[in-house]
Amino acid sequence: MFRLGNGSGFSGDRVDAPIPVMRDLVAGGTPAALFFETLGERTVALAHLEKRRDGELGYEPMLERLVRPILRDAAEHAIPLLGNWGAANPPAGGRAVARVAMELGLPDLRIAVVEGDDVTGQVANGQLPVHDADAGLDMGDWRLVAANAYIGAEPLVEALREGAQVIVAGRTSDPALAIAPLAHHFGWGVEDWDRLAIGAAAGHLLECGSQVTGGVFWDPGRKDVPDPANLGFPIAEVTAEGELVITKPAGTGGVVDFRTIKEQLLYELHDPAEYITPDVVLDITGCTLEQAGKDRVALRGLRGHPRPETLKVTASFEGSWLGEGEVSVAGPNAAGRARAMADVLLERLRMRGLKVKARVDLIGLASVHDSDGGALWRDAECDAPEVRVRLAVESASRDDADQAAREVLAMLCCGPAGTGGARWRVTPRILTRSHLILRERVPTRVAIRTAKEMLR
Amino acid sequence: MTGVPLYDIAHSRAGDKGNRLNLSLIPYDPAHYSLLAEQVTEERVLALFRHRGATSCRRYDLPLLHAFNFIVEDALEGGVNGSLNLDGHGKTNSFRLLALEVALPS
Repeated sequence: MFRLGNGSGFSGDRVDAPIPVMRDLVAGGTPAALFFETLGERTVALAHLEKRRDGELGYEPMLERLVRPILRDAAEHAIPLLGNWGAANPPAGGRAVARVAMELGLPDLRIAVVEGDDVTGQVANGQLPVHDADAGLDMGDWRLVAANAYIGAEPLVEALREGAQVIVAGRTSDPALAIAPLAHHFGWGVEDWDRLAIGAAAGHLLECGSQVTGGVFWDPGRKDVPDPANLGFPIAEVTAEGELVITKPAGTGGVVDFRTIKEQLLYELHDPAEYITPDVVLDITGCTLEQAGKDRVALRGLRGHPRPETLKVTASFEGSWLGEGEVSVAGPNAAGRARAMADVLLERLRMRGLKVKARVDLIGLASVHDSDGGALWRDAECDAPEVRVRLAVESASRDDADQAAREVLAMLCCGPAGTGGARWRVTPRILTRSHLILRERVPTRVAIRTAKEMLR
Repeated sequence: MTGVPLYDIAHSRAGDKGNRLNLSLIPYDPAHYSLLAEQVTEERVLALFRHRGATSCRRYDLPLLHAFNFIVEDALEGGVNGSLNLDGHGKTNSFRLLALEVALPS
């Protein structure tokens, strides 16, 4: 049996999550690996901006903090760590791991850096078709920041075969991080579709960390989850025969049952017969579940179909600004004062001729479910004990975005009675667009060196 | 017949890909699967997101898992990078779906 743990579901996840997972993998005594998924579409773009600012940045900011407590166990128990935590700068991420290894007295730790996902040049030259889903996007005067292809498991398998103990990759697909250690351990071929499907399903279920063990799930009184402050991150157990069980570390909070598995199995899925990954197309329409013990669910009936000829590319663009301002009203008639303030704010933007697209939220009445036009809060008749008024604007002009946001600040004196607690800020906006690229146009490179060599 | 919110008999999770929203719908009791199949139609789910400009809805049925997957196109006013909404990913929309009322045989 092979045990595959997950230590992170996104950039910003709980940094102490990998510790109990590693402890459980070590205690299990079977061959194992631990993977980290820390990249979203937006995270890559922000990492590229960081790298532009400082050539030694642009990798996952929590990388050192994630690996430090588990690196010694990883090395001593031959449990490789894999992650797309290299983000926009895998070589710098590799050096960051090397520095931690040296601190811990592990100079011979073998670190693999995987590159080749950056296809910015090919998008800049207009060589790649735009993905159907984004056909309507007009990028106008936006400037390309970067473009990265979702690469598959092959370079990761190559790194494991050559003895890598830590793999620092960039834009790998999330499931590839799970498929690679399984394919390496069991010797799956690149056309072993039904086996690869098991890896893809394991990856899909684990890639968001605690989302399969009780995160984004707990609802007091309805879906109770033990100890949400201590959610155990997931572990997949796979046998040579292709049995797949999802579980979590002993001594942690959370739950693994039909409910958590079904929610995560369908999460961000489109057609359940065709979940496309770079390594295999997963079909879950024949999937059945069995509760195989407390916090253990077995999945059967997963099928795989041949992988696509093309890889997905996410290109990110910059060219506009987001201005946001917030202020609170409270007490009797809070909703009435908030609604009136919203109208006055929009009137102020018109009066000043600011070139912005604007939206007002009345947090406490209607916000995240509302439209930009405020269809819900305009109809809401109830009062609320407190309402937070939020203005959000987009503009090609940083100054216009800033001036619009400052109109919220001005409400501290010019606003309705009982107004307080203003905050405002302006941040650059990133837009993304998906493209497709033939896989042979994305050659990957794997470089393995010891920590000592890497810092030389 | 008694009218109840979906929340009383089912759970849901929302996900996104760009401007496309995905919502799972899973009855706690598999016996409610056919009732949901009958009443939670693509039209009714689309109507929940019309105010945000949603253009179409497709439902995928998973009878073996007793679950549904709804895909709502153009529901996120631009999605995580383009939207001015605080919840650019649209993750809270699972609970907009769960507020939808269904009729239970009494």
